Amino acid sequence: MLKNLVLAGAVSLMGSTAFAACSYENETEIKMLSAGFEAWKAVTDAMAECGNLQAELDQEFRTKQPAAFEANPSLYHIGGVSNGTITPLMNAGTIRPLDDLVEKYGQNLKPNQLIRIDGQIMAVAMMVNTQHLMYREDVLSDLGIDVPTTWDEVLAASAKIEEAGVVDHALGATLKSGWNLAQDFNNMYVGFGGDFFNDDNTTAVNGDAGMKALETIKASMEYMDPEVLVSDSTYVQQQFQQGKIAMANLWASRASAMNDEAESQVVGKVKMAAAPTAMDGGVPATTLWWDGIVIAKNISDEEADAAFRLAMEGMDSEMVTANNDAAIWLVEGYAPTDLAAGAIATATANPAPPAYPSTSQMGLLHTVLGNEIPAFLTGERDAAATLTAIEEGYTTAAKEAGVLQ
Amino acid sequence: MKFKTFAAFVGPSVFMMFLFIALPLVSVFSQSFQNTYDLREQVEVETCTPGFLTQTCTTELKNVPQLDADGKPIKITEWTGLQSYRNVLQMDKVWAAIGDGRPGDILQIDFWKALRFTLVFTLVTLPLVIGVGLLIALTVNNAMRSLRGPVIFISLLPFIITPVIGSLSIYWLFVGDGILTAMMERWSGQNISMFAQAWTIELLMYFYRVWHVAPFAFVIFYAGLQSVNMDTLESAVIDGANRWERLRHVIIPHLMPLIVFIALIHLMDCYRVFDEIIGFRSQAHVISLQWLTVDLLTPDDAGNRAISRASASAMLTMIGIVVLLVPLLRRTWRDHKGGSH
Repeated sequence: MLKNLVLAGAVSLMGSTAFAACSYENETEIKMLSAGFEAWKAVTDAMAECGNLQAELDQEFRTKQPAAFEANPSLYHIGGVSNGTITPLMNAGTIRPLDDLVEKYGQNLKPNQLIRIDGQIMAVAMMVNTQHLMYREDVLSDLGIDVPTTWDEVLAASAKIEEAGVVDHALGATLKSGWNLAQDFNNMYVGFGGDFFNDDNTTAVNGDAGMKALETIKASMEYMDPEVLVSDSTYVQQQFQQGKIAMANLWASRASAMNDEAESQVVGKVKMAAAPTAMDGGVPATTLWWDGIVIAKNISDEEADAAFRLAMEGMDSEMVTANNDAAIWLVEGYAPTDLAAGAIATATANPAPPAYPSTSQMGLLHTVLGNEIPAFLTGERDAAATLTAIEEGYTTAAKEAGVLQ
Repeated sequence: MKFKTFAAFVGPSVFMMFLFIALPLVSVFSQSFQNTYDLREQVEVETCTPGFLTQTCTTELKNVPQLDADGKPIKITEWTGLQSYRNVLQMDKVWAAIGDGRPGDILQIDFWKALRFTLVFTLVTLPLVIGVGLLIALTVNNAMRSLRGPVIFISLLPFIITPVIGSLSIYWLFVGDGILTAMMERWSGQNISMFAQAWTIELLMYFYRVWHVAPFAFVIFYAGLQSVNMDTLESAVIDGANRWERLRHVIIPHLMPLIVFIALIHLMDCYRVFDEIIGFRSQAHVISLQWLTVDLLTPDDAGNRAISRASASAMLTMIGIVVLLVPLLRRTWRDHKGGSH
């Protein structure tokens, strides 16, 4: 929280500095709410150079955004969203189509950046995110292990690393109970070719792919820190930086932290490869994400115009050149480095992993997964009973939400 | 006191209690019997999302809320009777577990799992808080006068710390590579993982709560000790009562109303245990009733919240507190009436 405040404070201070790097001076007061990671900081900093921007970078944005955008006038002009968090805004109809604005100011956008929903451009993406396999190159080559491409190979390599005892734990993972754990299950589940829902909106997780996903996660826990059920992305990132783990399937947006000399003891030793597949010929066991901006509906057209123009200024190639390693940018001018190799290999794999579904049902299922899977991983209940509990939990939630009758 | 004066003093607080306690309670109570949801329809939606190089467009059936003329989702509110309570309590599963002869399975249901922990947590820490608080009070009372100030200050510190910060600091001390874990590992030569199983987490939670709340009990008891009747104590000494007998027959009966007061406050507070769950990140192993309610209320990425179930869970939590408090309240009421005769 404090960090977010400081970040927000720093960004709003920048609003008053010279308009050196900006091609015009922004005269409309613009407010923005987005997540608080490195890429957003780069974008909002670049936007602030034009003046009159108040940016709030807050990891709790996902709970604040829907209500703030529902207000009339909206509390923010620009929202930073991902394919997971755009759903409540779309559902409530609080963001506006951007086709005319893209035509006016979006000359530098690549077609790939335009998020079209039902034919209309509803968001403009700036980066992609996905999980990829991060590994300690020195450890693997010392032990003569090839870079794993499947989860079976990951487990076999882990056994060897564990036996050699060169690191505390062979594997790290974001298995913190709740959202993180559910996301790791999702990754494994799509890896085993599973579909989340049937045509009638009931969930399909209680099946073969669900069973295999649970068992693979449990098998991998043998090579992890015993306290892995409290481990989120930052925890895994730090384990890497302190040389405690040798491999992890982690977010691409965490890659640049490995070479941060201020906090990493393994600079240059961590390499990135595609997310491992869960079965032969399958997709990499991960989902694809994008992050981008939306414009509020409940603001005047002039404000929307100014907001969009400002956002385009923040997402231009100048910003990307200055912050090349902060994300896997979709923006013109991005030059992929070694840090992005794994994520790009994942995203361009054939067959490619699916995008994380942005639907109400997925939100409901995600919560249930995060609450029910821990009992299986702690050994309180078996896999079959856990999958049944997930199915029942989802049915209850979906009936309440009006998704199921 | 004249009724008018009484009313003038009490009126504002009664009004506030009505506004901030009674009204919300009524609203939660009624929400626990109804369910509000968006009117939805199935539509075919084409969504185009970026890959790294090219865009992929997929057409899928999506279940989206219908918007009214103002562009707002159409909300439907239905009375569902006890359905939310049924969803929270899951009695059918409870009976099935008992019928199968595996009552342990009941604890796999969130509500019962949370209730088990909340009750054990409340009832285990209660005597410890009272005991430790009394012990500190007696020690300080018997300490040299010059030492009392610093000792009181130091023993009050845990109570001043914000609960979330306190539980986080315990977490950081005992997590896998925390300072205390590292020391214990060096000393025992074993790998210690306090947060890898439920019982060690619970132990730390009990420890933290007693450490945190005992100073409060101590301050109250210490104040009470100042009013112990010295004549009675002296006659007890003359009668040959030893330290323990004096404590048992003179001091504790004197402090009894305060002990009941501390117990009341502690039961109410502890039954709403929440900070420890968040601070210790224990959701995988241990959850509490209050955490369950908050979890149901937290919107997911798609903006869904289980408000009716959360209301039901909140009402059940309140009922639990009342049940726990009844014996103590009855005792206070009896004493009160007895005293006025």
